[in-house]
Amino acid sequence: MAEPFLIGDAMTGGYGGADILHACTIAVEPGEIAVIVGPNGAGKSTAMKAVFGMLKLRGGSVRLKGEDITSLTPQARVAKGMAFVPQTSNIFTSMTVEENLEMGAFLRRDDIKGTMEQVYGLFPILKQKRLQPAGELSGGQRQQVAVGRALMTQPSVLMLDEPTAGVSPIVMDELFDRIIEVARTGISILMVEQNARQALEIADKGYVLVQGANRFTGTGQALLADPDVRKSFLGG
Amino acid sequence: MSGAPASPSMTAAAPAQGPGRALLLAAFVALLFLGTGIFQSWTLALLIVNMALVSSIMALGVNIQWGYAGLFSVGTMGFVALGGVSVVLISSAPAPGGWAAGGPGILLGLCMGAATIAAAVMAAAKLPKGRVRGLAVAAILIAGFLIFRAIFDPAVQAVEANNPSVHGNLGGLGLPVLLAWPVGGLLAAAAAWAIGKTALGLRSDYLAIATLGIAEIILAVLKNEDWLARGVKNVISLPRPVPYEVDLQRSQAFLDWANSFGFDPITASSIVVRLMYTGLFAIVLLLLIWLSQAALHSPWGRMMRAIRDNEVSAEAMGKDVTRRHLQVFILGSAVIGIAGAMMTTLDGQLTPGSYSPLRFTFLIWVMVIVGGSGNNWGSVLGGFLIWWLWVMVEPIGNWLMTVVTSGMAEGWLKGHLINSAAHMRLLTMGLILLLVLRFAPKGLLPER
Amino acid sequence: MDILNALVAFLNFVFIPGLAYGAQLALGALGATLIYSILRFSNFAHGDTMAIGTVFVILLTWGLQSMGIGFGPLPTALLALPVGILLTALLLLATDRAVYRYYRRVKAAPVILVMASLGVMFILNALTRFIIGTSDISFTDGERFILTAGDFRAATGLAEGLAIRTTQGVTVVVALIAVALLFWFLQKTRTGKSMRAFSDNEDLALLSGINPDRVVTVTWIVAAALATTAGTLYGLDKGFSPFTYFQLLLPIFAAAIVGGLGSPLGAIAGGFVIAFSEVMVTYAWKKVVTYLLPDSLAPDGLVQLMSTDYKFAVSFVILIIVLLVMPTGLFKGKSI
Repeated sequence: MAEPFLIGDAMTGGYGGADILHACTIAVEPGEIAVIVGPNGAGKSTAMKAVFGMLKLRGGSVRLKGEDITSLTPQARVAKGMAFVPQTSNIFTSMTVEENLEMGAFLRRDDIKGTMEQVYGLFPILKQKRLQPAGELSGGQRQQVAVGRALMTQPSVLMLDEPTAGVSPIVMDELFDRIIEVARTGISILMVEQNARQALEIADKGYVLVQGANRFTGTGQALLADPDVRKSFLGG
Repeated sequence: MSGAPASPSMTAAAPAQGPGRALLLAAFVALLFLGTGIFQSWTLALLIVNMALVSSIMALGVNIQWGYAGLFSVGTMGFVALGGVSVVLISSAPAPGGWAAGGPGILLGLCMGAATIAAAVMAAAKLPKGRVRGLAVAAILIAGFLIFRAIFDPAVQAVEANNPSVHGNLGGLGLPVLLAWPVGGLLAAAAAWAIGKTALGLRSDYLAIATLGIAEIILAVLKNEDWLARGVKNVISLPRPVPYEVDLQRSQAFLDWANSFGFDPITASSIVVRLMYTGLFAIVLLLLIWLSQAALHSPWGRMMRAIRDNEVSAEAMGKDVTRRHLQVFILGSAVIGIAGAMMTTLDGQLTPGSYSPLRFTFLIWVMVIVGGSGNNWGSVLGGFLIWWLWVMVEPIGNWLMTVVTSGMAEGWLKGHLINSAAHMRLLTMGLILLLVLRFAPKGLLPER
Repeated sequence: MDILNALVAFLNFVFIPGLAYGAQLALGALGATLIYSILRFSNFAHGDTMAIGTVFVILLTWGLQSMGIGFGPLPTALLALPVGILLTALLLLATDRAVYRYYRRVKAAPVILVMASLGVMFILNALTRFIIGTSDISFTDGERFILTAGDFRAATGLAEGLAIRTTQGVTVVVALIAVALLFWFLQKTRTGKSMRAFSDNEDLALLSGINPDRVVTVTWIVAAALATTAGTLYGLDKGFSPFTYFQLLLPIFAAAIVGGLGSPLGAIAGGFVIAFSEVMVTYAWKKVVTYLLPDSLAPDGLVQLMSTDYKFAVSFVILIIVLLVMPTGLFKGKSI
């Protein structure tokens, strides 16, 4: 099997103390949506953070385009084309929408107008509200700002930590549609989701984690169809 | 100065842990004082010891607030000054005619002021939120202020006009000066209650700024309200709890005693007087340490430290954090107030112009940090060590500057350098604080 | 009833001094609030930073004066200001290297940084006294007045005079320029925006590739500029004395907190609120009131709410009221 575009390979580690991840493997290809699901406390967010370098691994490695980036800091990974949207505090609340996007592109020295137009094209409401402080927007709009900010680096991988936490079902569907659109432009999406069923529906690849280890892996459709997965994680 | 031990290196303290380390450090500090006595003079050594004892008690008070509870209060100077006021009020001689001139008026005025604030607080609590409440509170405050001034001002003028070159104040009660010590503590405790009620429960930075402000205000009152303690005109010749040197020198029994040991009676009398102060102060210090240690190891002390280490979880466990903070703030301030009264007693005079936050707030903080936050014995060690340094750094600096400039030609630079030795104290204290914070953040005697 | 004269007296004794003092406090509070919002601690050394910055400016001013260089009718100190700022910035950066950087790296609690700033305060205070001594220094030169009371009386025929000292005019103009520059920098430049982003959400700023060391460096430089400017203007207006700068700490923090700690706009508003309250509460209104009331009602007292010795009490009382009524300040600051 060819080396995946981005892979967290047999990752083992935790935040000091006991390990949370046990030889956990997560991979994603260009233009693909990979979703990490699992019960509470399964280490979903931890696995994502491990891929992004926010915790120290005791074993395994993270490789991007075949290059070992295990020892890089999160900031250095941003420069390598990885973008991360945290679950909470993921926008600059006191700054305008436009300034949030500008800050997303902080590392870029070229003209960012085009990228900004692309983001506005993806989330038209943000263009309307571009001069408003981001903290004044609704929950769904804030998530759009957060994703938009991450896209401003023109990443090759976009990592989302529970992007639909706390938003209404309608907003969630809308957000998933946008994420599919982003993936179509060739960006890899790696996403942790609480709403497993909806997320797996749009996923090219799904990882079901239990206690920090891979339990089931497969395409989104295959996992949805798997009776074991359905019974234990999707409520029948 | 050549014989004094070199200034200690803060980080190269004894490697031993536990009581061994404490004893070693105590022995080292004791050596500093012995050296001062042997190579300079015993009267000087005792003078430093006495102020070191007082400073240790102040440090103990700050340690109760910071070390036990993590309260960042920088109003130490204010409580020290309040202790000083109590000495004047309790023990200075009554001012003939002072009370009659306007005492009742001043008291009534102050009561009106307190009543106004109480009424405003009640109105704020009782009335429904809104414009009416704001207006009512403002009206109460303005009316109360005008009434206060109308009663207070003439009374003050009358008191201050009463023989201003000697008195011009209400005068004291003429009671024994030792009584002023606990009263100083009570006065400081009362002030701490009022401050704590408003400022505790706010963020730590705000408490710091608020206490800094209160200390400045207490000092401003002391400097300007001549009716209270004569302001910057000072109150001198406060009574002593110990005999005067001249009285000793006149006493035949004392002279015989001094002669029998072959002492010079004049030196002997001043040493004996200072030793008496030392004894008194040591008794108070030991008593307070005993109480503080008992409190620290009681369930109350354990709860206090639990709150300090994790306020959120303590609150979740149903502890009333703000109330506990108020308790510990009042206790610590009372201890500082007692020390303030002791210091004024030692000086024999109250000189509001000599209080400065650098000396009476931040220096005490250096003592606590260097000694070890949360450790009562650490505060005492810090008090002794830092006070010795504070006194000795200036002569050491002078000597250093003389050595450094000895090869220089006479001129502006040489004069400037020698003069600037006076500022070595601040520099040294700053450096010590930074070095301890950086390399030994738990202090010389870490909390167990 | 003489409204015009009352107004002139009010302008002369309350408004103009309050305006100048407010501008000085605002600049001081801006520096404190900036350090608070980016380095996340209350810098107790800020008053002494202002003092040492002013010392540099005074030394440079003396140097310029000895070379015979002046600034026409304006104080020579203004020429010395840029270099003074540079020296102060270097000093602050050195302090950061030697002291604060370590605590950032170990992620120490803010109160530890405050303690460290106490140590720095001691050292800066000693340095100030070491360099320039403890006596009061007046270093203003050039024209003393923009408008003298005599000229004003001659021109208007009013009994009351209106005087505007050059230092007061310079204070207001320089403060305006400084504030305009600061807001332009924070709102329009990439670096300024990155500072706001860092202050708003440090983790996300790091994720966006904002270099924290650079943000910290720029913050110290801007703080040095604000502190030196504030200190110099205050010194020009009221004379330099190392002790008063330490005491400015209280009104400056009161201004920053009243405005909302962490909010630049709030720091400016807070500066003027504190300054005008101080001046108005401690001003003896007898003159103004006498003009306004008929002779029969003329006051015998000074009509002074509090003696000037209690000006700290004014900042303090306003501080307490604002904290009790709106804990985050007039402009919503951070409440951690």
